[in-house]
Amino acid sequence: MSERATATDDPEDAEATPEPEHEATADRGGEDGVDEATDQVTTGAESVITALEKAEATAAFGVQGGAIMPVYDALYDSSQIRHVMMAHEQGAAHAADAYGVVAGEPGVALATSGPGATNLVTGIADANMDSDAMLALTGQVPSDMVGSDAFQETDTIGVTTPITKHNYFASDPDTVGDAVGEAFSLAGTGRPGPTLVDLPKDVTQGETGRDPGSPRPPETYNPQMEADEQDVKVAARAIERAEKPLLLFGGGVVKADAAETARAFAIEHGIPVVTTMPGIGSFPEDHDLCLSWAGMHGTGYANMAITHTDLLIAIGTRFDDRLTGGVETFAPEAEIIHIDIDPAEISKNVNAEYELVGDAGRVLDQLDGTIERSPDAREWREQCLQWKEEYPMDYAAPEDEPLKPQFVVEAFDAATDDDTIVTTGVGQHQMWASQYWTFSEPRTWVSSHGLGTMGYGLPSAIGARIAADQQGQEDRDVICFDGDASFLMTMQEIAVAVRENLDITVAILNNEYIGMVRQWQDAFYERRRMAAQYNWCPEFDRIAEAFGARGWRVDEYDEVAPTVEEALDYDGPSVIDFHVDPAENVYPMVPSGGANGKFALTEDQL
Amino acid sequence: MSDADRTPDTDATPEDAHVSEDAPDHGLKGPAPEERPHPEGRRNAQGIRIDPEVEAEPEVREAVLSALVTHEPGVLARVSGLFSRRQFNIESLTVGATQNEDFARITLVVEEPEPGIEQAKKQLAKLIPVVSVRELDQDAVCRELALIKIDGEHPDQVAAVAEMYDATVVDASAESVTVEVTGTESTIDNAIDTFERFGIREITRTGSAALERGPRETAAPHSQ
Repeated sequence: MSERATATDDPEDAEATPEPEHEATADRGGEDGVDEATDQVTTGAESVITALEKAEATAAFGVQGGAIMPVYDALYDSSQIRHVMMAHEQGAAHAADAYGVVAGEPGVALATSGPGATNLVTGIADANMDSDAMLALTGQVPSDMVGSDAFQETDTIGVTTPITKHNYFASDPDTVGDAVGEAFSLAGTGRPGPTLVDLPKDVTQGETGRDPGSPRPPETYNPQMEADEQDVKVAARAIERAEKPLLLFGGGVVKADAAETARAFAIEHGIPVVTTMPGIGSFPEDHDLCLSWAGMHGTGYANMAITHTDLLIAIGTRFDDRLTGGVETFAPEAEIIHIDIDPAEISKNVNAEYELVGDAGRVLDQLDGTIERSPDAREWREQCLQWKEEYPMDYAAPEDEPLKPQFVVEAFDAATDDDTIVTTGVGQHQMWASQYWTFSEPRTWVSSHGLGTMGYGLPSAIGARIAADQQGQEDRDVICFDGDASFLMTMQEIAVAVRENLDITVAILNNEYIGMVRQWQDAFYERRRMAAQYNWCPEFDRIAEAFGARGWRVDEYDEVAPTVEEALDYDGPSVIDFHVDPAENVYPMVPSGGANGKFALTEDQL
Repeated sequence: MSDADRTPDTDATPEDAHVSEDAPDHGLKGPAPEERPHPEGRRNAQGIRIDPEVEAEPEVREAVLSALVTHEPGVLARVSGLFSRRQFNIESLTVGATQNEDFARITLVVEEPEPGIEQAKKQLAKLIPVVSVRELDQDAVCRELALIKIDGEHPDQVAAVAEMYDATVVDASAESVTVEVTGTESTIDNAIDTFERFGIREITRTGSAALERGPRETAAPHSQ
């Protein structure tokens, strides 16, 4: 890397002409797979960036700081990677996570040691729970100071081991690039998940004559892609003879890019479909066979179907307790076929009679090729349609009551195209967004499911916007539905959206409550609204304007459509503060540990 | 909108600021829970479908698991962290080098019902540095080691008991005798019981190390 050495000899020259360095870096990154010792001397940090470039990373989200500075300095030379400077590391982690969800390749988050790394933790844990591909790179104090409680030192490996798919402590400038490439590759291979590489400053500053090789997962990692043929045959026979078969599409269907295969399978064999929340978008919700998503706040018809099915064909789901309710009463009449790339998920929470380990799409192809006749499920399909009529997702919206949040969700859905990306925070607004938006495409629903992280919505909208833009999809809309409390947790990221002029629209469904907590207090704590209500709420439209974004406040039904239109037309970040009915609750609701079939439709049924 | 509307109403009580508790809760339409059909089937706590009349819980048993792992720092922390985090009952855990310097072997003794043992094996196999995992057969060779420091007042008798257990006196002073016992867990338990009469000062025990009998592989690089 002689050019850089020359450039740094003359600081002024380096500042004046960064361009040649860009080219030099790009050339080096282009030597795909050549793992050779070069006579050029580079640094560990440059190896880190080269590894990211070889992995075809195009964006990174992060916050600067002492121990990560060498990596940022090397990033200065990269023309391939667009860096988005976030306001807070939690925002960087969520943005990287959402980038990965939308782009289908790992997002990258950067943070310094100590507080930088610990601020990433919530976002890493979130990605881990939702199996989102993401690579976190954290600075660390120099190796010889590790363990001395040095300034901004945290045992990042120790802290993140339980919440990463795997993590790495880089110990050598010669191999740090390989570790980064491996971590990136591992994050997106098999069952996706977050990985982390901890980068001591002496390792990133240290010199090396070696370029990293092509990114590849570790040798010990070989996920099984196809299920055992004999097991497939046995499962196929079970499908043929089922009278009430039901497909359950989890997030794994989306992550495996198997939505198309899964749709074709359901339609060809006439099997009704429910999804999990992460599985939203895997099957068009306006299709006759689709019963939308099941679980605590899932539709009545999905929960009826899952309660009465005699064969549940579950794909890429981990049977979370928010889906199953009480395990004792979950799909109690059903044999279960469980297709998953992670064998540790099969029979973990709910026993599967038929275990098919493999990639969602490949195993569905295997099954499709083995089934000799579709199950005779006409009566069952009619039953499912009847449940759709019996338990409609209609909400009351009397003129004399405040604006209903569901109406706002439907107004946005009506005003936008099917490829619109919806992100959310966590709480009531998240449930309304997922219930009243009609999803039809995979990778359009970006939310925090397993960890339930309030504050996920805005930074994930930033990550989603960047992912869409990087793919040349500038025309896609990105809508963030947020709650007032959820928005308050990460709203500083509006500064980033303004600085980068990102076209996102934040719709705050503001009920001036920690609404889901208030709903639970009303139902289960005798309406004792401790720490769930406040007697005033900031003016989010004004906050947005102060950040440099557009802001509106909406109170009335007739203001909704024109304001939505105006916000969508605005080419930049905008925030609409919808003051919605604070008394509105989320239904249906299966109480924690309850039976899915006993979902409540009103509070007095709880 | 006037600015007066935007000023926080600091005098307002929370009750004033919000809809009364009697605000209508419209909910959704449809048959109430008790009006719906409910299946009679049930699952047990492990998610296995059961006959509600019988409802037997699976019995806990002991299993010896052997894991071949890449020999790198932090592997033991990953394995022990996994077992505590997921609440597997673990009796013992040992780790040591193998004939191949790239690999180490971890031997775990767990006490779980059948589904728990299966889950422990799968979670272990899922760790990236874990190359392969096997549950060993009932007749596998399992040995542990104990060092027992005993009061030195009756050295001859201690030596005699040591001989009974094929134990070795590894240290002796005027005040104490330390013996090394190797054997199965129960052999060591028995030896400790027997030495008790002389006064035991300190004990340290390893966990179980185990290998399959005969040519059967314990957990080899490609035996997953």
